[in-house]
Parts: sequence; structure tokens; C-alpha cells
Amino acid sequence: MSQQMIDLIVSGTWETLYMTLVSTLIAYVIGVPIGIVLYITGEGGIRRNRAVNLVVGIVVNVLRSVPFLILLVFILPFTRFVVGTTIGSTATIVPLVVAAAPYVARMVESSLKEIDPGVVEASRAMGSSAWQIITKVFLPEAKPSLLVGATISLATILGYSAMAGFVGGGGLGAIAINYGYYRYQSDIMLVTVILLVIIVQIFQEGGLKLVSKVDKRMR
Amino acid sequence: MIELVNLNKTFKTSQGEVSAVRDVNLTIDDGEVFGIIGFSGAGKSTLVRCINLLERPTSGEVVINGVDLTKLNRKQLRGARKKIGMIFQQFNLLAQRTVEANVRYPLDIAGVKRSQAEARVAELLKLVDLEDKAKAYPSQLSGGQKQRVAIARALASDPEIILCDEATSALDPITTRSILALLKELNEKLGVTIVVITHEMRVVEQICNRVAVMSGGEIKEVGSVHDVFLNPQSETAKRLIEPSSGDGLQIAENTLRLAFTGDESGAPVISDMTVKCNTMVNILSANTENIGGKAFGQMLIELPADAAEQKRITDYLDARGIHYEVGAQQGEPQQGADASRDAQPEPRSGFEENLTDLAEDVRKEGGR
Repeated sequence: MSQQMIDLIVSGTWETLYMTLVSTLIAYVIGVPIGIVLYITGEGGIRRNRAVNLVVGIVVNVLRSVPFLILLVFILPFTRFVVGTTIGSTATIVPLVVAAAPYVARMVESSLKEIDPGVVEASRAMGSSAWQIITKVFLPEAKPSLLVGATISLATILGYSAMAGFVGGGGLGAIAINYGYYRYQSDIMLVTVILLVIIVQIFQEGGLKLVSKVDKRMR
Repeated sequence: MIELVNLNKTFKTSQGEVSAVRDVNLTIDDGEVFGIIGFSGAGKSTLVRCINLLERPTSGEVVINGVDLTKLNRKQLRGARKKIGMIFQQFNLLAQRTVEANVRYPLDIAGVKRSQAEARVAELLKLVDLEDKAKAYPSQLSGGQKQRVAIARALASDPEIILCDEATSALDPITTRSILALLKELNEKLGVTIVVITHEMRVVEQICNRVAVMSGGEIKEVGSVHDVFLNPQSETAKRLIEPSSGDGLQIAENTLRLAFTGDESGAPVISDMTVKCNTMVNILSANTENIGGKAFGQMLIELPADAAEQKRITDYLDARGIHYEVGAQQGEPQQGADASRDAQPEPRSGFEENLTDLAEDVRKEGGR
């Protein structure tokens, strides 16, 4: 494999990491509040609100049910509006966030649902406000589960980012498609796949290690 | 003072409306340890949740120190809740916080300065005897220790009232006693009013001054623990108190329920009775404990069919001042208990004193 190819793969790896991490971060910034809203307005929530829950729930479900590749193409005008282009790693971040935020919202909601309702009841009995319950009970108590969710989200978003290679996105996915698939360079295909697998493994292992360190429930 | 006025709570379920609390009127005085006892599903947990409005009553008033909580807005209600501590059957500690951070929680949300809060936490942990566990997490504690942390947490904001929702039901008998002893001690030391929800008569016996018996969402009877224990009026109270509670043995014809409340010395009452009365009795069930040489508890005995022998036995019991209740006989009123209460009008102080002693003993023996 030529030096040029190696350089390409190295920069592709960085691009993939950049897309994945930045998209996940932004997806969490958007998805966590939505997940909290879904949870507290839901059945038995501390601010039960059927209408809000229904509307937010439908928006989230609609976005989640559009296949990523379709969404990617469908929102190209929006992507161009936000970043000025539809090609490259930064442009890929837009559809990644749009696809991942609702996914993250559901992950967060399901993590919060694992919290012992008795603990929430106790904090209400102590005179906590809704904001205090969210910041001092929900998020800290659900931290381990939220981290597990984040690990899964990272791997999923990494997979999506590779798909973006088909429509001009950057990263390892684009290299695999452009060189491995269109030019029949199966060695490159193999290397990119291996690299993707390694990255997912690192995310997974690192995430789970962090969880076991953070969780105080069993020792 | 807690006043519940015409309190009702109805839940809407898919099977229609369920009335969990019905027309409850109850006054609980300051500094009292008040028990609410009933079987599962009696509505007592819902009732206690109405006191701090975790459940908003469908109708009625919850007046605490003259303020009707149902009329407060959210912010005012949060303020009122800070003055009402609560402990739970499942402890409900924050699993991701250390013991000290759990106890500090009410101070955190009240915006108390960190240094001040830490001093208060240290004081509270000392009070519940858990200073050495300050840095531990709840998962590293036993049930009794967890409940002590919960008690310390409930006390952090200097509450006037502590609500205990089946606080000892998940604990073994020894730990139960030590937790109850702690609650009693706090009641005496700090003057905090305690409301205890339980399905166990022994809990009520150990710490309560007065008790309300609840069934089907209604209060069936209210009275001093002593009176209710010696002379239960409602069907529910009888079933809760009697040794063979539930179905099975009822106080049937020719049976007596003897209640021992610590007034009698450790004398072998039954043996003495059979000898002196020249008769024999069948002990159907007994639930007594000998504490400090005094007997507590109750016994169900079957009398011989002969009326003269029965008379000798009741005379003997009357003479000794032992409280008893005669089994239902067709058409005859139950007079035994009343008669015996006339004979012995003031057995109360000894009863309570001894329960406190018992609590002390258990605590010293390190049952935690």
C-alpha cells in the first residue's frame, strides 16, 4: 500500500472520529432535554402533560423512522443552509445530528425510566422543585445508564457516518466506498472495515469501563 | 398539629373509580407518636401521602399548624414539605450519593451553605450512630443502616413532623425494634411529631401513643394504644390484634383472650389459675414476651364447658386484675373486658414505661 494511501486512511480515521464525536455531542445537547421532557410529561411523570408528550413523541418517532440514507439526501438543502456545503465531514454532521438527536432522546428517556420511583417520591417529599429533581436526582441517579446509552449511541452514529460516504461525506466510510467499492481495491476495503471495528471496540470497552467506575450501586 | 378534615381520595382506574380514602377526619397533636394501622390495601399509605400532598386529596382539607396545604401554590407547598420529613419502607436513598451526601440533600435543595450543611450532617450522623459510614454508598449498608440514613435525612431540615410509611416492614424484628427505639428517642428528645403507618400491631405497641385503625379507606376506630389493644371495638382492630388474626381462630364461645400489658409480675398466671381454680384450660395460641420480668402480649385460652369452672376462672382473673375478653356467646354481651377495666383503671404508665425500656435494651444490645 502506497504512502499516499496510508496518509489517506489516517486522515480518514481522524475525520470519522471528528464526525462521530462532534455529532454525538451535539445530539446529546439536543437529545437530553427532549428525553427529559418526554419522561417528565409521560405517564407518572413529575409534570404529566399529555399534549406535550404526544407532540414531542410524534416528532421524535417520525424522525427516527426515516432511514438514515434517505434523511441524508432529503435534508441536503437544510445542510447547505447550515454549513454552506453538502460535501465533506462537517456537512455530514448536520444529518447525523438530525438522525441521532431523536434516537438519543429515546435513549435518555429509557434511562430515566429506570430510576426508582420511590427515590423521586422521596425527593418530592423533601420539597424539591422540578429543576432540582432533574439536576440532583434524575441525571446523577441515571448516570451509569446514560453512559451505557452514550456508548451505544456512539457506535450507531459511527455507523451512520460511514453511510454518509455514499453522498460525499468524508471519513473512513467515504474511503471504503470510493476506493474499496468503486475501484475494487479490496485491501483498502478490508483496512477501513478493520479500523471501523477497532474504533467501535474502543468506544464500547472504554464506555463500559467508565460505567463500572461511576456506578455506586454494587461493589 | 395535623388536622385532616373530610378527606377523600379517589383514583381513576380502567376498572372505574377506586376510593382509597373515605371521609377521614383525624387530629394528630404536636409531639404525639400516632399510629395508623390496617391490612394491605386499607388506604393507609394513600392517607399518609395526603398529609404532605404527595397525593392530592380529591376533597377535604389537610391543615398543618393552621395552614391548609391544599390551598398552597407550588412554591409554598415545597416550603411546607421541608417541614415534614418522610421515611419509607424501601428507604429510597439516592444510590449514587454517599451517606453524607444523602443526608445533605435537603440542605442542598434549601440552599444551605456547604460548610454549615456539612456540620449539620456530621451532627445528624452522630445522632443516628452512623458517623463511620459517612463516605459509604447505600449499597454498602444493611437495611437497618439504610433506614437510619433515611431518618437522618428526614431530620436534616428540622421538621416538625415525620411520616413513616411502613418504615420497618422490610426489616428483621431486632432491627425493627432498634429503628423504632430511635424514632421514639427522637420524638422524646426533639419533640417531633411522628405518624407511623404499619400493618403490625407490635410496631404500634412499641412506640405509639394513639392509634387509628383503618379499613376500606375509612377510619374504624381511634384511641389510645392501650385502650385499643385491651378492648378493640372494630372488627378490623380485633383481627389485627388477636393472636390468630385473619381467618382461622376467632374468639369463639368458651374462649378468653387474655391481654398482658406488663402490669403483672412474672408469676406463672396460667399454672396458678389452673391450680387455684382446680380446672384445666387449653391454650389455643399465645403471643407473649417476657421483658424485664413482666409479661407483654396476649393469649387465647379455651375454657372447660362447665359454667361453674368458667366462673371460677373469670373470678380469679378479675381478682388478679388481668385483662380479658370473653368470646362471643349467643345473645350475651361481652362484659369481661369492661369489667376488668373497671377493676384496673390505670395500668397505662407501666405499659409504656416498659416498652421504652425494651427499646433501650434492644438498642444497647446493638440490634442494628
